[in-house]
Amino acid sequence: MMKFSDDKLKEVQRIINFYPDGKQKSAVIPVLHLAQQEFGGWLSTETMDYVASLLKLAPIEVYEVATFYSMYNLKPVGKYMFEVCQTGPCMLNGSDDIVKYIYDKLGIKPGETSADGLFTLKTVECLGACGYAPMMQMGKNYREHLTKEKVDAIINECRNEATAIKN
Amino acid sequence: MGRKLLLDKAHIENIRLYDVYRREGGYRSVEKALKTMSPDAVTEEVKKSGLRGRGGAGFPTGMKWSFLAKPEGVPRYLVVNADESEPGTFKDRYLMEFIPHLLIEGMITSSFALGSNRAYIYIRGEYAWIVDILEQAIQEAKNNGFLGKNILGSGFDCEIYVQRGAGAYICGEETALLESLEGKRGNPRIKPPFPAVKGLWDCPTVVNNVETIAAVVPIINEGGEEYAKIGIGKSTGTKLISACGNIKKQGVYEIDMTISVEEFIYSDEYCGGIANGRKLKACIPGGSSVPILPANLLLTTAKGEKRMMTYESLADGGFATGSMMGSGGFIVLDDTQCVVKHTYTLARFYRHESCGQCSPCREGTGWMEKILLNIENGKGKMSDIDLLWDIQRKIEGNTICPLGDAAAWPVAAAIRHFRDEFEWHITNADEAQRRNYGLMHYADPIHVPVTA
Repeated sequence: MMKFSDDKLKEVQRIINFYPDGKQKSAVIPVLHLAQQEFGGWLSTETMDYVASLLKLAPIEVYEVATFYSMYNLKPVGKYMFEVCQTGPCMLNGSDDIVKYIYDKLGIKPGETSADGLFTLKTVECLGACGYAPMMQMGKNYREHLTKEKVDAIINECRNEATAIKN
Repeated sequence: MGRKLLLDKAHIENIRLYDVYRREGGYRSVEKALKTMSPDAVTEEVKKSGLRGRGGAGFPTGMKWSFLAKPEGVPRYLVVNADESEPGTFKDRYLMEFIPHLLIEGMITSSFALGSNRAYIYIRGEYAWIVDILEQAIQEAKNNGFLGKNILGSGFDCEIYVQRGAGAYICGEETALLESLEGKRGNPRIKPPFPAVKGLWDCPTVVNNVETIAAVVPIINEGGEEYAKIGIGKSTGTKLISACGNIKKQGVYEIDMTISVEEFIYSDEYCGGIANGRKLKACIPGGSSVPILPANLLLTTAKGEKRMMTYESLADGGFATGSMMGSGGFIVLDDTQCVVKHTYTLARFYRHESCGQCSPCREGTGWMEKILLNIENGKGKMSDIDLLWDIQRKIEGNTICPLGDAAAWPVAAAIRHFRDEFEWHITNADEAQRRNYGLMHYADPIHVPVTA
């Protein structure tokens, strides 16, 4: 049975308190973020049903939201997700080369996950970092002014972190 | 140096913290408004300032506020639109990241004017780390008596909450934003009713951009008339411009609206010129939705006048020869860039972001993307150019919200001004795979017809 930790349940309650009484449906987007972060980086049907039960919503009300917004992953993803922006301003500054370089290094195309389950590559549309292009989002933060060397460093950083966690 | 009202203190160390912000004169507008002014007097100052919405539409803020319905016993809401998603635009992010208290201060003063006791910042989901910055600023303001119950003994209560989106450009449209804030898909609502009458949870609501609300702070501190003295004509005050693309110094600049486009691009105070010794080919001056202009029409209007960084001058000539201030997302293309490819990435963006409610937008954005990709890949036909033109005409004006127009305009402007580059891509398909069209005549002096 899927369940948030007590700390996370407190966070859910804090979010529900953002809205007037009876308007806890508004919490669905932030609570889905929390659920995705806690339950493996993606939203399974079970996860969405759990969120629905927490917010006293019909499951369909959660599904229709989860399928609309691009930050929710509806399939399993790797431990680290490289979300590379490819819209106009990033393209002008070489984002295509970054996507290709990640393919050369990790053998994954947009939408694919590496065989070791560590990396998923996703191309995304404008993330509001146009002046710091090319860029990608990784987890909560942006990695900006990307170069091949920086991509190498990020890949190493992820691999080292994953090894450290395993040991 | 131009006047700076929003970012003048953004460089000060630790200005992100309440103590430093307060020491530098922060929260004076709240004290002035709550202790010495009535809510209507605050709105009056905003009207006098001539402030226009900084999100893109440029609608007068004071007028928007005065439309707010005030039925007895019904809560009213201020919602700040921080869903900054227009390609080329990253100014609100900068403001929230570096000087978050300016937004919080502006929200308290604005909430007082509007009679809103509960305000929301709807921020795009990807700006996840900025949520923490804003929540810290809100907590600090609360600890110091600027939020909560009976602020400064005035009897006015106000709370601010931060709501994260989850990746949807459409939620920058104010009614889609409200749907999203209610926990639904971001489908824009049919208007009327406007949010001022029926907004969040069916209550009267004002939705304003981050920069707009921040500008309320200097307006109240200095007075609306003083604010209106900066700038030219109906372009009053200062504007944040996020400059990107092929320029030397990308970043966020605060301009007073008195400088020319040429000065903005080439002066060391701003963009510092075109990067890598290249030449200016084209520019989208106000975010990806507004018309792209070739270098010559960017710097000079069709009448032969110097084009200025103001709402009026950027729009001079209408869509035939002008563009728009829009969101201030200033995207510069150098002479190595391909307008076809660039337009394709924008078409792909709008196809991805269309919410799917209206057929012209849902289907049309997909068709435009496919046709542009074909041309870019050397598989285009000459008839495709007219087909693209036809599709964009059938999207524009035929949708519930402005996303349809926003998707149509970049394609229309690219064909209008760069038709020969599209034709070259089709007639020289093999060569177009190996090299770009280049600068050609796009920076040549324009012929100004002599009128009697």
